[in-house]
This record gives sequence, C-alpha cells and structure tokens, in this order.
Amino acid sequence: MIDEKKMRVIGVPRRRVDARAKVTGQTRFADDIFLPRMAYCKLLRSPHPHARIRKIDTSRAAAHPGVYLVLSGKDLPIEYGILPVSQDEQALCVDHVRHVGDPVAAVIAREELTAFEALDLIDVEYDLLTTISDPEEALATPEPRIHDYGEEGNIHKRVSLEFGDVEQGFAEADEVFEDTFFYQGNTHLPIEQHASVAIKDPEGKLTIWSSTQTPHYLHRALAKVLQMPTGHIRVIATPNGGGFGGKSDPFNHEIVVAKAALLLDRPVKICLTREEVFYCHRGRHPVLMKFKTGVKKDGTITGMHLQTLIDGGAYGSYGVASTFYTGALQTTTYHIPRYKFQGCRTFTNKPPCGPKRGHGTVQPRFGQEVQLDKIAEKLSIDPADLRLRIAESSNAVTANFFRLSVVNLSECIHRVVKNSDWKEKFRKLPEGRGVGLACSAYLTGAGLPIYWNKMPHSGVHIKFDRGGGVAVFCGATEIGQGSDDVLAGIVAEVLGLDTFDIRLYTGDTDLGPVDLGSYSSRVTIMAGNAALQAAERGRAIIAEAVAEKLAIPKERLRFVDKRVFDSAAPEKGVTFGEAVCLAEARFGTIGTIGSYTPPKSPALYKGGGVGPSPTYSYTAAIVEVIVNPATGWITAPKIWIAHDIGCALNPTLVRGQVEGSVYMGLGEALMEEQEFRRLPKKLSHALVHKFPSMLEYKSPTSLDMPEVMTELIEEPDPRGPFGAKEVGQGPLLPIMPAVANAVYDAVGVRIDEVPITPEKIMKALAEKNASREPRFGPSHFPHVDWPEALRVPPPWEGGDGNAVNDVPRPSKPKPEKEKVLSS
Amino acid sequence: MITITLPTESQKSAHIRLTLNGEATDVSFAPYKTLLEVLREDLGHTGTKHGCELGECGACAVLLDGKPVLSCLLLALECDGKNVLTVEGLDVDGKLHPLQDAFADLGAAQCGYCTPAILVTAKALLDQSSNPSRDQIREALSGNLCRCTGYQQIFEAVEAAIVRIAGERND
Repeated sequence: MIDEKKMRVIGVPRRRVDARAKVTGQTRFADDIFLPRMAYCKLLRSPHPHARIRKIDTSRAAAHPGVYLVLSGKDLPIEYGILPVSQDEQALCVDHVRHVGDPVAAVIAREELTAFEALDLIDVEYDLLTTISDPEEALATPEPRIHDYGEEGNIHKRVSLEFGDVEQGFAEADEVFEDTFFYQGNTHLPIEQHASVAIKDPEGKLTIWSSTQTPHYLHRALAKVLQMPTGHIRVIATPNGGGFGGKSDPFNHEIVVAKAALLLDRPVKICLTREEVFYCHRGRHPVLMKFKTGVKKDGTITGMHLQTLIDGGAYGSYGVASTFYTGALQTTTYHIPRYKFQGCRTFTNKPPCGPKRGHGTVQPRFGQEVQLDKIAEKLSIDPADLRLRIAESSNAVTANFFRLSVVNLSECIHRVVKNSDWKEKFRKLPEGRGVGLACSAYLTGAGLPIYWNKMPHSGVHIKFDRGGGVAVFCGATEIGQGSDDVLAGIVAEVLGLDTFDIRLYTGDTDLGPVDLGSYSSRVTIMAGNAALQAAERGRAIIAEAVAEKLAIPKERLRFVDKRVFDSAAPEKGVTFGEAVCLAEARFGTIGTIGSYTPPKSPALYKGGGVGPSPTYSYTAAIVEVIVNPATGWITAPKIWIAHDIGCALNPTLVRGQVEGSVYMGLGEALMEEQEFRRLPKKLSHALVHKFPSMLEYKSPTSLDMPEVMTELIEEPDPRGPFGAKEVGQGPLLPIMPAVANAVYDAVGVRIDEVPITPEKIMKALAEKNASREPRFGPSHFPHVDWPEALRVPPPWEGGDGNAVNDVPRPSKPKPEKEKVLSS
Repeated sequence: MITITLPTESQKSAHIRLTLNGEATDVSFAPYKTLLEVLREDLGHTGTKHGCELGECGACAVLLDGKPVLSCLLLALECDGKNVLTVEGLDVDGKLHPLQDAFADLGAAQCGYCTPAILVTAKALLDQSSNPSRDQIREALSGNLCRCTGYQQIFEAVEAAIVRIAGERND
C-alpha cells in the first residue's frame, strides 16, 4: 500500500534540477553568449567623483577604425531608477557626474579591444565640484547638491515614525541604555561580472539577455528610456553567477547595449571588468546608528528609540526602501511595546548603495543584538535567557503593525544553546576564547510591489504534454539560490512526478507570466505558491478525466511515481502520460495558471509599505572565536546556527543557503569593507575606491571558513508552499553581532563597529589596559533636523494602523507617485 | 594623447596546436590573447569562466599538463604543444566524472559560476593524491573563490567523490 502522506520530492535532499548543467559548464551565463556579427561595448567612466560635464567630443572615437557607434548622454536622456520615487539615473550622464565610475559615453566596436582603445579618443571637459564623502559632510554641505530632488541639500530621505510614547517607555524602565554603532559598507562581489547581450530581432523588436535578478523591472526601465512598448521588448535573465542583491537594479550598461543594438541592427555585448563591478555596486549602505533602549530589571523592553544615518552614495537606487528597512524589523524579533524610528539617507559622491543580502536590516540588527548583549551583562542575565524572555510569539502584530505568522525564534535559541554547549562555555572559556549569541528575523518576501499595483506578485503557467512531460513557465529568476528547483519540486510533488520530468522556462518576459524578481527572499513563497496553485488545478483536471475512465470517485485517485491510480486498488490506474491524454480528449488542450498576491498588511501609515511580509523566518547563531591578545588576530573555529524554515523544500539547497549566508556574514564581520580614499592633492585629490579588486577587497577563502553546524526548525507555516519560509538572507543577520559578542566574551572589549579587525581589537585592548572604556566604535551621532514623527498608536493602545497626525491617504493611489516601495 | 594600437582580434596571426580535452586542436588567434580568451572566444569552450582577469578569483582555472593554472594569466602562445583540460573534458563517454556527480548531488554548485574551475582544481588534487584530508582539500581550493556555498558542501562533495572513485577502483 502506498503511504499517502509521505512526500516523495518535498523535504527529500536531492540533486537540484539544474545541477547537471552547472557541473558540466553548460549553464549559459550572459557572457557565454556569442552571436554572429556581434559587436562589443565599453563605457567611458568619469575619473572625477563630482563634476559638471562642460563639453564632450566623440568625433575622434567615432572615426577610429573598427568603431561602429559612439553614444553619449544626449542619446539616452530619459531618467530611470528602480523606485518610482527616485528616477534619478541616466544611462550615460548628460551633464553631471556623481561618482568615480559614472559612465559618460559608450563605444561600440567590432572588437572589445578596439572599443577599449577608442575610449581614449573621447574628449571630455569637466568643471570639478566639491566632493561629499560621507553623511556628516553631506549634512554640513547642502551645496552643491548631488541631486536636485530629495528632502533638502544633500539629504535624500528623512523619516520619523513613532509607535506609542517612547519617552513614557523610558520613564517606566529600570535601566536605559544608549549605544552608538557603525556598520561599514561592503559589496556583493558575485564572481560573475555583470554582462548583457542585446539584439534587434528579425521582426525589429528588442531582445536582451542579461545577468539580472529582476528582469521585470529591467523590462519597465528599458521601455521607459527607449520609449518602446514593453510588448516589443523581451528580457531574458540568464542564470546569474551570483547576485546577492547586486544585480537587482536596472543598469546603465543594459540600456546602452539595448540602444546600440537597435541603432546598429546587430548584436551588442558588454561585460564589465571587475573594477567596473565595484562602480556598479548597490551594496550594503554604511550606517551610523544610535540605539536608546529602556528595560525592566527582568529584561523586558519598555521602549526603543533608533536613529540611523545612512550613506547612500550617488544615486537613489533602492535607498528610500533601504532607509525604512533600517528601522523596520527591530520589532519582529523581540516584543517592543513602544518604538520610535528616525532614519536619514544622504547622497555622497561614491558608487550608489542598494540592496545586499538582508537589505537595510543587517546594520541595525548588528546594533540591536550587541546592545542586548550589553543589557544582559548589566542585568546579570544569560544572553540566551534574556532573548527567550522577550522573544516574539506566533501570530503577534508588532508595534509597527507587522503581522507575524509562525515564530520559532525560541526554538532556534534552544537548539543552538544545546548544540554548542553554551552553558558550559559562556563566560567560562579561558582568556582569548569566547562565544557569542545573536538572533534575527527576516522577510519571506516583500509584502508590497515596488510600483503600486493590485496585480499578483508572481504567476505560473503549466503546459501538460501528451507524453507526460510538463513545462513550467514563470518569470522567477535563477541566481543560484535554486528558484528553478523550487518550482520543479512543488510541481513534481503535486503531480507525482520526478523533478527531471519538469521542463523550466524561467526569467523570460516573453515566455512566462510576471514574477517580480529574485529579491526580498520572495521566490519560494510567491512563485512557489503560484506553482502550487497551477499544479493543483492541473491535477484536478486530470483527476476528473481519469476518475471518469476508471469509474471511481476522483477523491480516491493518487498521483505517485508517474502514475494516477485508485488508492483502494493501486494496480487499477494509468500512467501520467495516459492520464494527460484522457484529460486532453475530455477537455481539450491542458494548460493551467496560478498566481500569488501577498495578504493585505495592517500597516496603513505612510512608510508602512516597507517591512510587511506574508511571514518571517527566524534564526539564532552562536559563534566561537579565538582572539590573540598580542596581535588582535581573530579566528572563528566553529559556528552553530538554527533556522526556522517552516519546511525545507530541498534540504540540500536549504543547508547551502544557510551556510552561504554564514560565510557571507563572517566576511562582513571580519574583513569585507567598501573603503574610499582621497588621491594625493598633487594628483586630482579625487575620492576614489580604495581597492576595486578582488585581491584587496578581502573575502573569506576555503581556508578561512569554519565548520558550521546547521539545524533546521520545521514547523510548516500556513502561508508558505508546503509550509516553506525563506532561507536566502535571514541566516546572514546574526553572524556579525554574534562575532562581536564572542570577542567580548574572549577578551573583554566591545567592538561596536563592523568589520571587526585586529587593528580595532588592539585599539580597544589598549583602552582596556589604560583602564578606559574597553571599546572601539563611534562616539557620537550628529544632529539631524528630523521631521515631526508620524504617530501611530500600537495595536495595544487601540491603534488601527494609521498615523493620528498624517493627512488622510487617498483610497485610490496615484500611479507611479509617492507610493512605497519595498524589497 | 598617445594611443598604442594593438593588433586586433581579426588579425589572427598566432597559431598553436594543443591537446584540448584529449583532442588534437589547431587554433589561430590574435597573439595578445590569453588562454582563457582563446578557449572561450576562439574555441567555443565557454565552460571556463572569468571573474577578474587578474588572477585573483580562480574562476578561470584549467589544467595544463595536469596542473591547475589560471588561464587568464597565461598567454595562449605559451600553450603550444601542451595538454589542456577544461570542465568540458571531465566527463567520459557522456558519463559524469565522480566529482561532477558528487557536486551535483550534494549542493556544491549553487550559481555554478566558480564550479568549473573548482572541479578541475579538485581533479588535479585527486589525480595526485587518492585520499587527501579535509585540510589538504581546503588548501588545494584556497585560490578558488566561491561566494555562494560557504565551501562546506564543496568539501563534502570532494570527499564523497574520493569514496566513489575508490569504490570504482575496487569494482
């Protein structure tokens, strides 16, 4: 008898559906595309961090042998950007360059080398402008403005939200803690450099293959800048050789090759150099943070006030969403009855920052978890016990109106405490060795789309072949995380097939229905639920026909091992292929659709669009470190992590996402930083990237990676397909604060800044030895003219999710304007 | 401004004969090209990748006479008469190499971009030593950056392949 409950695909560790292509080198990345008559594009980039373009003369380059076309700003003047509220980029700068690396012209030539050579023949005259290098300078230097929009001067976005009277919260506290932290910026560093190939297809329409995580948003940006109907543009997201958020914006190089292909009527390719990838950036924002937290003696939080000052770099990118994200998720881990958040993002003359794994929530998570460690010590409570006391519970609605679903944070803490032998180690290891604990929560998909609309966030078509083959069409984009395997696994499970019976057509705006993209950990829940719906509809149609043929009630049918049969008499049945034929004969050609739209959020206040999610994942991690007090050298021999996944659709891939997140978190904790420096005065004195190379931008190698013990907590979440939640980003978040807390346990110094380098440890140890505060980190938070806070009474004070002092919001939002955003 | 005009790709004045994945191969190319460029652009072997073209990331590793080299740092002209193995040459008669099988089964390839170079580098290690330790595997792969996996599943896949290869030998 077949076990009806047992799943045969979901939850079984297995080879991912696209694995063979990857291990044979046949996965076709964007730069692997070579087409007949293909021309190559190179971009001329600004050597100045901030300047006006006085004059640009491309005539010498255009006359160079082998050059087909030279483009400059005037050829592509229409502004675009990922968010409707910050359409502030031009594919080639028209009159204003804002960071070293901003592109000003493009050469398209028969050979890449010729294009590169001809860049030298473009004459550009610049008028240099004052350079703004960090947020404090931006606050103090309103002129010259890097952009002519935003709040004022060089402030891009300023927000202020208050959920309950936070001062009252502090008044009720037994202790109030104030701490400042700095989180340095860092970058995604995908091994694949961004590449794109564009063609004018035989019908005269545009097709572009590109290493993008968000083909749908690129589609929209191309239509806008090229002034073409979207129906005449096809975007194919090639499998990304790593994304991590760095391929989520529509990029200037993509628009340039599209334009060039249309003008030249021949394929045009661009592949960025590694140095250029550092200029594209969109990585982690540097953030200065101030946390003020009131607690009772038992650790209960009475109120929290968080301020963030964010270095946005030269463009908006996802920055408005990033700003809200720095204040969004504090309340989703621990119960905070009164919460105030103020965030300020400034423009600076550096490559634009944007979404990197954990988007905007990583920096304040560091501050919050390190401060909790300090609170636990002051109150003489074990940090694990403290967190267990204040952990949020399932189905709670937070002070800022985020509705939680299944919350297994406490279970995560219990598991890592047990697995690591925490109680025997914490404050008990010899000098130089220590353990640190931290926790986190993360979105399982942004609850709102980037542009306001009421349409589904993901759609799936399934086509059923007479031979039993099944083809799945979806806009979801494979960036290595396994989105194709999620779709194949779900469809195979529902239809009783093997994942290798499923053909996938994904990331192609012509073939599949829209999926918003691989960002905000949204693919498993959104494309997964859409696939589940489409597969179940297909199964229902097939069951109807087979039941009729077998003359049994359809409820008795089972779909297992490529057969459809009577559960009461398993030998009575047909193959899946025969079943499809029966259905096609009965109903006509079989194809089904499915789609997914997240549930409505109760956060109705302005800014409440950033942070809601169908459900949140939870993680706890313990890091063990060894710190050499003589050198400050720090190693992490072992990491224990527990992740609340709901259901691991493919445990092999889930573990890979957890370990990959731990790895990337450890890189951020110990070494990765996006640093800038001034060239000497006798040169240009320009603000340049300190080390735009993979050698000098340090990232962990196979020698640096500790052993990771991963445990998955699987209580199915009713919102997820088969109960699944996210795993791609959440497990990164606790690593950095856990390292900082472990360093304190090891040598008794607080490093309130990321990365935690030997130099900083040595400085803090020197402070300790001089009997000063044993700490390295920022000491002040500059003055910001905050706007009046939007006051939103939390649910337990009778709030309805609206601000009490905001103008009423229109019930029907204006398209493309003012509306928020997510990622 | 002085512009140095280099020979362009259309001037395929250089010519070498090498053994590529066991097959005698003649190729003409512009003399400035690296082995990486000639493999990808002139020989259509796009399995070998690039991440920096400066010898920093390891994504372009191939085996030259059995030893891992960074093909982005090697002029193709230096490879005349040599034996080059790329990821395309790992499987035999359509059957995956045990390393490829293990990488596919155990999650060692996520985005798959660094995978071809890691596979050939691991093969060089296993050709040299039938039972390397975890530390030797770490050491051998320390020049190949992977941003996805955190390396652990790569180590496990190499170790699983060692067991599978030993099993095949005993069969």
